[in-house]
Amino acid sequence: MGRYIIRRLIQAVPVLLGATLFIFAIVFALPGDPIAALAGEKRQDPNIVAIIRDQYHLNDPLLLQYWYYISGIIFRGDFGKTFAGVPVTQLLAGKLQVTLNLALVALVLEAVIGVVLGLWAALRRGRATDTAILASTLLLISIPTLVSGFVLQLWLGVWLKQVTGTEIFPIAGTTQGIKSYLLPGFVLAGVSIAYLTRLTRTSLVETLRSDYIRTATAKGLSRRRVIGRHGLRNALIPLVTYLGADLGNLMGGAVITETIFNLPGIGNQLYQGVYLREQPIVVGIVTILVLVYIVANLVVDLMYAVLDPRIRYE
Amino acid sequence: MSKTSLRTSPAEGGLGDEPLLAVEDLHVEFVTRAGIVRAVNGVSYSLNPGETLAVLGESGSGKSVTAQAIMGILDMPPARIPKGEIRFRGTDLLKLSDEARTQVRGQRISMIFQDALSALNPVFTVGWQISEMFRVHRGMNKRDAMAKAVELMDRVRIPAAKQRVNDYPHQFSGGMRQRIMIAMSIALDPEVLIADEPTTALDVTVQAQIMELLAELQRESNMGLILITHDLGVVADVADKIAVMYAGRIVENAPVYDIYRAPAHPYTKGLLESIPRVDQKGQELYAIKGLPPNLLDMPTGCAFHPRCPYRQDNCVTDAPPLYGISGARNSACHYWREVLDGDPR
Amino acid sequence: MSDTPQAGPAGPDTQTLTPETAPVAPPSRGRRRKKEGKPASLWTDAWHDLRRRPMFIFSLVLIAILLIMSFWPSLFTSINPLDARTCDLSTARQGPSAGHLFGRDNLGCDVYARTIYGAGNSILIGVSTTIITAVVGGLLGLIAGTRGGLTDTVSSRVTEVFFAIPQILGALLITATFRDKGLGIWIVVIALSVLAWPMTFRIMRAAVITARSQDFVIAARALGASQSRIMFGHLLPNAIAPVIVVSTINLGGFIAAEAALSFLGVGVQSPDISWGLMIADARSRFLEAPLPLVFPAVFLSITVLAFIMMGDAVRDALDPKLR
Repeated sequence: MGRYIIRRLIQAVPVLLGATLFIFAIVFALPGDPIAALAGEKRQDPNIVAIIRDQYHLNDPLLLQYWYYISGIIFRGDFGKTFAGVPVTQLLAGKLQVTLNLALVALVLEAVIGVVLGLWAALRRGRATDTAILASTLLLISIPTLVSGFVLQLWLGVWLKQVTGTEIFPIAGTTQGIKSYLLPGFVLAGVSIAYLTRLTRTSLVETLRSDYIRTATAKGLSRRRVIGRHGLRNALIPLVTYLGADLGNLMGGAVITETIFNLPGIGNQLYQGVYLREQPIVVGIVTILVLVYIVANLVVDLMYAVLDPRIRYE
Repeated sequence: MSKTSLRTSPAEGGLGDEPLLAVEDLHVEFVTRAGIVRAVNGVSYSLNPGETLAVLGESGSGKSVTAQAIMGILDMPPARIPKGEIRFRGTDLLKLSDEARTQVRGQRISMIFQDALSALNPVFTVGWQISEMFRVHRGMNKRDAMAKAVELMDRVRIPAAKQRVNDYPHQFSGGMRQRIMIAMSIALDPEVLIADEPTTALDVTVQAQIMELLAELQRESNMGLILITHDLGVVADVADKIAVMYAGRIVENAPVYDIYRAPAHPYTKGLLESIPRVDQKGQELYAIKGLPPNLLDMPTGCAFHPRCPYRQDNCVTDAPPLYGISGARNSACHYWREVLDGDPR
Repeated sequence: MSDTPQAGPAGPDTQTLTPETAPVAPPSRGRRRKKEGKPASLWTDAWHDLRRRPMFIFSLVLIAILLIMSFWPSLFTSINPLDARTCDLSTARQGPSAGHLFGRDNLGCDVYARTIYGAGNSILIGVSTTIITAVVGGLLGLIAGTRGGLTDTVSSRVTEVFFAIPQILGALLITATFRDKGLGIWIVVIALSVLAWPMTFRIMRAAVITARSQDFVIAARALGASQSRIMFGHLLPNAIAPVIVVSTINLGGFIAAEAALSFLGVGVQSPDISWGLMIADARSRFLEAPLPLVFPAVFLSITVLAFIMMGDAVRDALDPKLR
């Protein structure tokens, strides 16, 4: 097991390097001069500009700049500083928390709603409930976050508040703790809920067809136990992969939701970073998301071993 | 645990003439998009305590479906049972409530399947799966149930049972897995055990060991055994009587000795002649010509007529009844006398 | 894959007999049987199946309307929204009226006409991206799957890199960086393609590897067929179905992604019209005047729905087991 983790981590290194280099190269080509953007309208002392450029290695070739950057992360956990001198890690900590909260709320909603709907559909396969659930997954997949975000903001945020007189779902900001994340979390989870519902349904339907389910019935177990113990335990295995891999997707895809609901997360920050040509911020954010993706996938693989005894790591 | 009212042990008598298990004119059909598939068309057979009935037939003959109907593990729908009775100690199982049926299943009638690897749940240890019988049906605690599981694994002669009880099915060999399947099915001392092609997936040497084990367990417990197979070679040593099925019907029904001596149905005869034999080395092996019938499009008259060397004109139009030949012997062939005499025209 | 999906077991014996696996005998059975064993019969079967699916017909009609709308928007409206004179600031955010079915937006422009004209860019970007990713990803996947070895290892590692980059953020970065290069809306196509081709690559590669181990391919190889003959004559026809399904579903996703990028200000730029851009413009007054946002949003959703429905229908027809 230990060796497997180490091997997987070694395999992840080229992925991390490749992804960050790709992003770094694009940011390198970002139009405009960051120092000019930093100074705004003020006239700049050419000497100071030269010093800053030197300090941030802006005169070096791409690969050398990249090396300074990535070695800082690898050897010192240093994601660099913004041009204003604030360490990127410090700047991103709060933003990352917001996006992580949002993604986790979305993940929980996804898991609960997706699994429940999927199981329900599977157990009513071919009947009206099943058809209705399948049709709603189609709708859920088809409505972009951009649309569902605004529509739900209007209905569940504004309209519901007018009708009930209390604010059940805040429509902007993060001031109300977890309550602030419910609506944006659901919006962010939308498409994933639909896919997870379908996956759960297919998985359980497939599982219930297997021979060991027939055996469990032949053992004289109740239908509840056959499905609940023997069926679910097996049907849940593929769902774990999906959910694990989806954490990265949710964090990376949060930018639209963050914009609609005014959440100060990393999606928003990246957007600003691109405009200000703040290389360290942009690359830092992407690097963090790539790391989340890699770690989440590793955790999923390891959980597989726990869930499916047939899999061994060597 | 609760015993249903139909519990009367053979020792107490009360059976009268009623056999342990009697299938009477059973019909099973599947509703599919392509039409209704009549998988079982009026099958009858019976089983007494301590007796072994071999049900013989190729795939599609309805032998497994009949067994699943007895167990009550058919998926309904698409399956349905329009007609027939399955009497267990005189009570028609088909008329029982779901709950009462569940009490019979696994505890009093149990079943082992062909491919133990797929029939055992891959994510639970074998000990867990065997002991589940005691936990669920006998209300035992985990530790006692696990001890019983080890005991059973010993009984089916799995070496080092105590060490292996916490292993998963995929960690065992095919033969050992089938033993685990058997251990699970005999856990609660069932009165009827149905073995659906228990040795098909195994090596020849292992096949013999498993059959021996089944025969021995049966002698110890006096249970009735239904052995479903397509392999005549397997049944000769263990079976008391044989029911041969073709296209959802029983075509011949007889004590094992009679069948081997002189079959009374051309299909049985064909099956027997297609077994390779040492004394016929060098001769061409006989094969029944043609293909098994399409259940969606059954031949008229006798279902076997397109493949039958004894066919006469009336075989195409008239379905033969099950003719009584002698005591316990029947054949669904208009020309069973000719078949018994042995010379195809 | 060489079997028709309907070729179920002839003898229904055990529990495997369910409506899905049972032999299917639609009225046209005899005709279909003729082409047995060739991929062609997979498509003929799929087509027969598709024609009877209301979901497919419905999505086909929707897509046809959308295509007409994007090529000849003037068939649907007499107002040309690209002409600034059709806007009137004094009528900004007016509700629906006889001449202006969907009302007017923040600049007093006709929402209906703009929504109609918005279809063009969405469809153009969606279709172009789909074709590029299907061809590039499909071809590379075909080569990697056929040749295996080092080619496969290297290209698979490269796709892993792209999978690790969050799609929308990566596309945002690329479009923001290169939008001044005079590429117009094509920068959106490039950005989405760069990040999305690994998906088709992975699917094609997996399908090719499955097909490669089938008997008829092994036989062709044993008979000395050339590499390219095996690749395009045997593997491609047998592996292309899942790529087509995923591409159709992705098309809807690309249209949604275009809207998202335009919404963020890095996609289609004014004065070009895009549903995402319209949503962004209407956003500031959304809570008081929701209609200028709602109409492009509804069109966007219906368009995405049409392609995803079609992808779903095609998938179900090609592989009934997934149902």
